[in-house]
Amino acid sequence: MADEALFLLLHSEMVAGLYRASEQGEGENGRCTTKLESMGFRVGQGLIERFTKDTARFKDELDIMKFICKDFWTTVFKKQIDNLRTNHQGIYVLQDNKFRLLTQMSAGKQYLEHAPKYLAFTCGLIRGGLSNLGIKSIVTAEVSSMPACK
Amino acid sequence: MSRSPGRKQENHKISRELFVLTYGALVAQLCKDYEKDEDVNTCLDRMGYSIGIRLIDDFLARSAVKKCRSYSETADMIAQVAFKMYLGVTPSVSCSSAMGNEFSLILDKNPLVDFVEELPAERASLCYCNLLCGVIRGALEMVQLAAEVTFLQDRLKGDAVTEIGITFLRKPEDRRHKRN
Repeated sequence: MADEALFLLLHSEMVAGLYRASEQGEGENGRCTTKLESMGFRVGQGLIERFTKDTARFKDELDIMKFICKDFWTTVFKKQIDNLRTNHQGIYVLQDNKFRLLTQMSAGKQYLEHAPKYLAFTCGLIRGGLSNLGIKSIVTAEVSSMPACK
Repeated sequence: MSRSPGRKQENHKISRELFVLTYGALVAQLCKDYEKDEDVNTCLDRMGYSIGIRLIDDFLARSAVKKCRSYSETADMIAQVAFKMYLGVTPSVSCSSAMGNEFSLILDKNPLVDFVEELPAERASLCYCNLLCGVIRGALEMVQLAAEVTFLQDRLKGDAVTEIGITFLRKPEDRRHKRN
């Protein structure tokens, strides 16, 4: 679907634009990541509302996480999360072996230090979605080898 | 199948909404960062330009259209194929100059402003969809057509429709090629 290309391009432009602007200013990388994350948060909140309008009520946290891994991820990134792990005490690890926003960048360790910038928006997206489903959370991302990420 | 047939349609709608919502968040963030409307407009135009120069590759790969022979064909192509492919709307094209190098695309429905009711009072001269202008300009430049793209009318500012004006700038090389 052509929309995907548009969103991918817009996202990379957003990251580049925000970092470019910050370089001319004080050069604070942390603030840019926060800005991206909060943008993702707003989008996530709105999106999850539209998305779960007609779905059934969720039974528990695990159900919500499964929904995020399957339906939500499929709609946003056209594929499901490859691996979901949990310690049943509130920590969930979602692993995507071919994260769409990173596939175009590299297929190994090159540019690894730039990867977190591209994940900030998605972390915000997940956090926003969960917050509107009633779950307060902290979402972090880890990339060890592109394009897989956790 | 547990999924109903309407689900696929919904998924496409959600993808588009993702883009629209992301764009909205981006404009909101830019408004926070920059005080002047012109700065925000310039920033959006520049981002649109960078997107456009890449989007044209994607467009040409997906649509496999033949080379356009005239400016009006180009304008029709943008309106009927590109807009339809990426935003799902088809603006109407009208030529607004005798020389045949000024066109306007009239959009009845602008999907980018689906969730926007009105511009805030202190941002009266914000061109909310300025990204589109940059995208068209960048894409045209990559196919060797210099153009100026601006918003002539904007529904968010009270006009009846949203109108994008494309002015193709004639390059002196064109005439040289024709003679050869």
